[in-house]
Amino acid sequence: MNIELTTQQKHDREAFRAFVQEEIMPRADQYDREERTPPEIIEKVARQGYLGAIVPGEYGGGGMNMITFGLLNEEIGRGCSSIRSLLTVHSMVEHAIVRWGSTRQKTAWLPRLATGEIIAAFGLSEPHVGSDASSIETSARPEDDAYIISGQKRWTTYGQIADLFLIFAQCDGKVSAFLVERDTPGLSVEPISGMIGTRASMLAALHLHDCRVRKENLLGGRGFGLAAVATSALDIGRYTVAWGAVGIAQACLEASLQYSSERKQFGGYLKDHQLIRQMITRMIVNVKAARLLCYQAGDLKDSGDPRTIMETWIAKYFASTTAAQAASDAVQIHGAYGCSEAYPVQRYWRDAKVMEIIEGSTQIQEITIAGYGYQ
Amino acid sequence: MQEITTKIKAFLARHIQNIDLQDEDDIFALGFVNSLFAMQLVLFVESEFGVAIENEDLDIDNFRSIKAVAGLIERKTAARI
Repeated sequence: MNIELTTQQKHDREAFRAFVQEEIMPRADQYDREERTPPEIIEKVARQGYLGAIVPGEYGGGGMNMITFGLLNEEIGRGCSSIRSLLTVHSMVEHAIVRWGSTRQKTAWLPRLATGEIIAAFGLSEPHVGSDASSIETSARPEDDAYIISGQKRWTTYGQIADLFLIFAQCDGKVSAFLVERDTPGLSVEPISGMIGTRASMLAALHLHDCRVRKENLLGGRGFGLAAVATSALDIGRYTVAWGAVGIAQACLEASLQYSSERKQFGGYLKDHQLIRQMITRMIVNVKAARLLCYQAGDLKDSGDPRTIMETWIAKYFASTTAAQAASDAVQIHGAYGCSEAYPVQRYWRDAKVMEIIEGSTQIQEITIAGYGYQ
Repeated sequence: MQEITTKIKAFLARHIQNIDLQDEDDIFALGFVNSLFAMQLVLFVESEFGVAIENEDLDIDNFRSIKAVAGLIERKTAARI
């Protein structure tokens, strides 16, 4: 056993880090304050090929392995959780099409998604349905050569700007998945603002009123929408969120190391106070442990091992709770400055809370992972 | 066929305990399959038997029982040759 990145993976990680350092970190607080991701930064992310990272080369993507894709999500997440969440939802829809799409669907959508010409969003959550995904109320009924979809979606990340939505709906009593274009008559998009964290991720509520979509826009067969399409997409989403949480925790560690080396109290630097060192130690150890769990989940994905599903749950559970603790400690170390806009740790703290809720809440994970233990 | 059946049964036994699952038992009707497990089953079939489960294979009837999964694998393997 040798847990070591390849030379190429190390090189890629350095390139991701340099991009984030230069293009994202200087402006991430501004995006957070304005609750908006400017199109210019999305174009830059797209030009780097990051929006097509997991799309196979034959469809114009990068065909990236899952370890490298994880590293990308850590680095982007270290800079800005909102932009990391763009990678998450866009990649979830791409993955669903790569994995379960027809040749026609792949040809129609993947090249445009890979270049960022169009942005994709994931429509599962609803006003009354979160964790209990099989109870969604949006409905689809077949009519001639189309499906008629009606219902409401909520908390759709980047829904404000998405061109293509993967919408889950009940069809004949079973959950099915549909690709719905933004200009579909009957679809309206309502921006959501005032969120606690990932504030620049341009959330939206979607209102679908008798939206007519072509039969060929059904993805993955009727009745297998939740079991295959949503589960495999959420698995990728959960994997990116786990890595993004590692990124937040790493950002907290780096900010805390710097601040505690500069700030003096009681005649000495904060870093020389033992209880500060305790918090730094906890961050160092937990960030490393979370990253190792992510490596394991990614390695199992690259080898197609079914254990990756639950190992990704474990990685996300540990990484998200680690990020929340690290962010809390980082704010504590920064004191009043940490509670102000003068430092980004308050953003990390708000973003980390979101990580404990999305792609499987901490409580759902505590139930599911225990079930895995009893197998 | 027997070897395929044995491997599927061993995989299912790790997830479905205290039940002596028979080849034609309907694991969906018995309530053993949630969406997470269905995904693990798909990945198991792909990694263990080297076949690609595609959109058109996503029919519950292909995954309903040990016999059904074995039949799917046989058809996919035969189509590959």
